[in-house]
Amino acid sequence: MKNRIDEMFEKKQNLLSIYFTAGFPKLEDTMPVLRGLEKSGVDFVEIGMPFSDPLADGPVIQLASIDALNNGMCIKKLMEQIKEMRKEITMPVILMGYINPVMHYGIEKFAQDAESAGVDGVILPDLPFDEYVEKYKEMFDSHKLHFIPLIAPQSPDERIRHIDSLAEGFIYTVASAGITGNIKTSVDYRTAYFERIRNLKLRNKAVIGFGIKDNASYKHACEHADGAIIGTAFVNYVKENGTSEEAIKKFVGSIR
Amino acid sequence: MSKYQVNEKGLYGRFGGAYVPEMLYPNVENLKAVYLDIINSEEFQKEFKRLMVDYVGRPTPLFYASKLSKIFGANIYLKREDLAHTGAHKINNAIGQALIAIKMGKNRIIAETGAGQHGVATATACALLGLKCRVYMGEVDIKRQAPNVARMRMLGAEVVPALSGNRTLKDATNEALRDWISNPDDTFYIIGSAVGPHPYPDMVARLQSIISEEMKWQFTEHTGKALPDYVVACIGGGSNAAGSFYNFVDEESVKLIAVEAAGLGLDSGETAASMARGTEGIIHGSRTMLMQTDDGQITEPYSISAGLDYPGVGPWHSYLNEIGRETVLAATDQQALEAASLLTREEGIIPALESAHALAALPMLKDKFKPTDNVIVTISGRGDKDMATYIHRLMPECE
Ligand SMILES: Cc1ncc(COP(=O)(O)O)c(C=O)c1O
Repeated sequence: MKNRIDEMFEKKQNLLSIYFTAGFPKLEDTMPVLRGLEKSGVDFVEIGMPFSDPLADGPVIQLASIDALNNGMCIKKLMEQIKEMRKEITMPVILMGYINPVMHYGIEKFAQDAESAGVDGVILPDLPFDEYVEKYKEMFDSHKLHFIPLIAPQSPDERIRHIDSLAEGFIYTVASAGITGNIKTSVDYRTAYFERIRNLKLRNKAVIGFGIKDNASYKHACEHADGAIIGTAFVNYVKENGTSEEAIKKFVGSIR
Repeated sequence: MSKYQVNEKGLYGRFGGAYVPEMLYPNVENLKAVYLDIINSEEFQKEFKRLMVDYVGRPTPLFYASKLSKIFGANIYLKREDLAHTGAHKINNAIGQALIAIKMGKNRIIAETGAGQHGVATATACALLGLKCRVYMGEVDIKRQAPNVARMRMLGAEVVPALSGNRTLKDATNEALRDWISNPDDTFYIIGSAVGPHPYPDMVARLQSIISEEMKWQFTEHTGKALPDYVVACIGGGSNAAGSFYNFVDEESVKLIAVEAAGLGLDSGETAASMARGTEGIIHGSRTMLMQTDDGQITEPYSISAGLDYPGVGPWHSYLNEIGRETVLAATDQQALEAASLLTREEGIIPALESAHALAALPMLKDKFKPTDNVIVTISGRGDKDMATYIHRLMPECE
């Protein structure tokens, strides 16, 4: 099954993706941010579905999530906001969040609504990959959704190969052992890790995320993988500078 | 293998599992691969038992409470975990996991704590065994539980405030998990209750099972009988209850009673009764019953007892409750306070507020008791840490 994500990888290199938290800074910011990112030439986006207890996220995204929830964001609201996005947005769109709210929404309904809105992929860090394959892969495939798995520096080679053999879309390479917004390791350590992944010659593309925040870290990631994802730095930026097209263009311009 | 225990997939029925991000997968898998071999090894058992006896002061007594027995019309026995070193059952688990950490070559320990009991137990185990210790505690709890914070610091632990969310136990647990994600190589996470991703609920239950192992032979020594009719324990995350039920769960004649914190009342909106009022979901890596909104956002529970003030419950209890093997009751703040008063006046034991919830089940069960029934209530901890609350609520004139 191929979708916009696969078409993108066929055509482009050095991909730049931006993550933002839905409903932050304001409840109705989702479409303005999507438009701004598309017009700025970003290659694809991840829309964060806020959760009260985001285990894999650092303080910036935690606080953005709490604000978003207080603003009234929920999956139902988000699905309404993006229902008609394909009238204007052409880049691939991925929804990222945690399993509990998705379970409560209903996984099948979630997959259906995501498909009809034109979503291409889903990232749920706390849904174990093997459980996804066993219980939900067929359902996600039938709704043309890729489930994007994470791998981390501590993932053994055989685990990465196992994930690669069953994954579609791309593999989300977590830059260093840690949570979003936090890179503790040296460039050399990360280079060695990225090269270990490259040398595995995976069938899937690899995009690096967690801790990518500026032109230097974006370029470094692109030297060793197919692209990079920026989250925390962008969430921080819109908090300070708002979500106007001009502001977003300026941020993206500073990255590449 | 008991039909009530965890299966090879880490599940209790549909509850349990290990819902952790890939960053934690190797750590959790590694623990899963070794924990049973370590716990069952002769070397571990010898060292664990030695420390339980010489250091913790086990076996803790089983005490026949004659006045309570008269009041409630059955033979009431108290399992005195309040007499364990550091004042609660938490030390059994902390020492057990610290020994496992050492066997796995980890020298940095992290833990979460709410009231501070598990934090103190972990800091104690780390001082004893020479391990580095960092305890995450909600900023709000740090203010509420100053004496335990001081104890942890005196024991050499670093106490780090959890600043996210509502800054209580749930958030401290999130912070500990984030620390573990960020320090996968040298760090062992000592979880304080029978919660978290598999194998934690099973590992904690096994380490706490020493409670019911002792209860069994002590009860026979007291009565000449093999089995009691009831075992009653309070339930926050479910570790003292798991330890109290562990060696009785296959004995179908023994009624297992878990007592949740109803807070201001089950329907007041201010409650911590995850099984009575929660719904199924995923919290801290495990599928279980928890307090949450219709959208699956986890909510803040309420109880007068900090140790029961947790939005979830261990997956084993969700399962035992659902299949009817365990009966779940709920006691309000007020009922717990009354039970604490009664125990103090009648038997001269000031219980922890958590344990007072277990005692509060006795008036609820009174009509069901037969005079010949034998009932064991686990007093999970002592009340020293709760004196400020007791003074405030029971003796305002002393404030
Ligand atoms: C004395 C005491 N009892 C009970 C509990 C509740 O925990 P659990 O349900 O894991 O036994 C605590 C938790 O802090 C405690 O300190």
